[in-house]
Amino acid sequence: MQFRLDRKSGVPAYRQVVDQVRRAVRLGILRPGDQLPTVRDVVKQIAINPNTVHRAYRDLEAQGLTEGRPGSGTFIRRSLSKVPEEQPRLQRQLERWMRTARAAGLGEEAIAALVAEATESSKKEEA
Amino acid sequence: MTNVAALEAVGLGRRYGTKWGLRDCSLTVPEGSITGLVGPNGAGKSTLLRLAAGLSRPTTGAVSIFGERVEPNSTRHLRRMGYFDQLRPLYPGLRVDETLRLGHKLNQRWDDDGALALLNDLDVPLAQRVGRLSLGQQALVALSLCIGKRPDLLLLDEPVANLDPLARRQLLETLLGTVAERGTTVFLSSHIISELEPVCDNLIILSSSTVRITGSIEGLLADHRVLVGPRGDVRLSGADVISVRDAERQSTLLVRGRPPDLGRAWQVLQPDLDEIVLAYLSDRTRGRMVEPLSSQGRPS
Repeated sequence: MQFRLDRKSGVPAYRQVVDQVRRAVRLGILRPGDQLPTVRDVVKQIAINPNTVHRAYRDLEAQGLTEGRPGSGTFIRRSLSKVPEEQPRLQRQLERWMRTARAAGLGEEAIAALVAEATESSKKEEA
Repeated sequence: MTNVAALEAVGLGRRYGTKWGLRDCSLTVPEGSITGLVGPNGAGKSTLLRLAAGLSRPTTGAVSIFGERVEPNSTRHLRRMGYFDQLRPLYPGLRVDETLRLGHKLNQRWDDDGALALLNDLDVPLAQRVGRLSLGQQALVALSLCIGKRPDLLLLDEPVANLDPLARRQLLETLLGTVAERGTTVFLSSHIISELEPVCDNLIILSSSTVRITGSIEGLLADHRVLVGPRGDVRLSGADVISVRDAERQSTLLVRGRPPDLGRAWQVLQPDLDEIVLAYLSDRTRGRMVEPLSSQGRPS
């Protein structure tokens, strides 16, 4: 995969690497079993500190998204979209809900606040 | 990572006539780190690196590399160290391959294939005379000489100065690729802060011949805040004011530490690295804080 570094974003470089791997996995560009570029390759690609890449890879491994196999590299362990076939239906439901909310007079900000609220409270229920 | 410092300076100073080029400098470059040295021209960056390389004799204090004291006129410390001079003193009449052969003859530890492959990969013409190469290519030859020694510590004085963006990028990629492969410790100076941010673990800010602050880049960013509010006296317990800029009705403060809640009239912002460095360089009387650097530079 190809990394890029936005030097002006203010987002720490290791976060950018983590986010880009997650995005690639979510979009299916990287699949379980695929190998991530070696630290040396990333460094040569975007001219950043190798310690930063090590740290990003450690983070991804701690998240359970990748696994390091000693001597051979870092590999994607799982995909981020568990039930891709469910996704279109879920999206349609959400869009229908959005339309209802707008019809009820809620603005973008109020909708975003509700979504954030629901995300949090549903997490608590699961826990 | 071990606890041995790749480079340690204690009370290091160098006087030129009546003027101090570097004064009372104590700092550590942790092994395995990439540590950047920033400061305006004439701040003492080159003086510090020359002292570390044993090219100049300290007036006060001492510097050691991997626990061994650097003695000018001795060659012991040279074995583990590569020094990239700002002026890139190469022989302009020698061809690139002849320059590498010189490196081979003058060093006990020399990686001929590595240095050759490096320059080949970068499309530097080996049969060309060094004097006829572009500045960027000359810098790459100088770097490959340093890397060819397989040093444990690389001292680089303004390695990307005067290079165009492409050459700068090539040089940094080559440097960082080597670091990734061999775990070489790097201590490099620059006055382009934006260039250093993604490259370095730690930063040392030097101005007027003294060390102003040392720290991990992440720590520096986390420890500083910009406060914007009404002009006038403010009490800031728990935070040190590094610099103040007053406008007609507003003041902008850069502080270190956790500022207390100053109420709605004040805005608290996250400074970028440039702002932090400039704040330390603009104020010469306050905010002199030196802390040991962690070996990875990034406390997790």
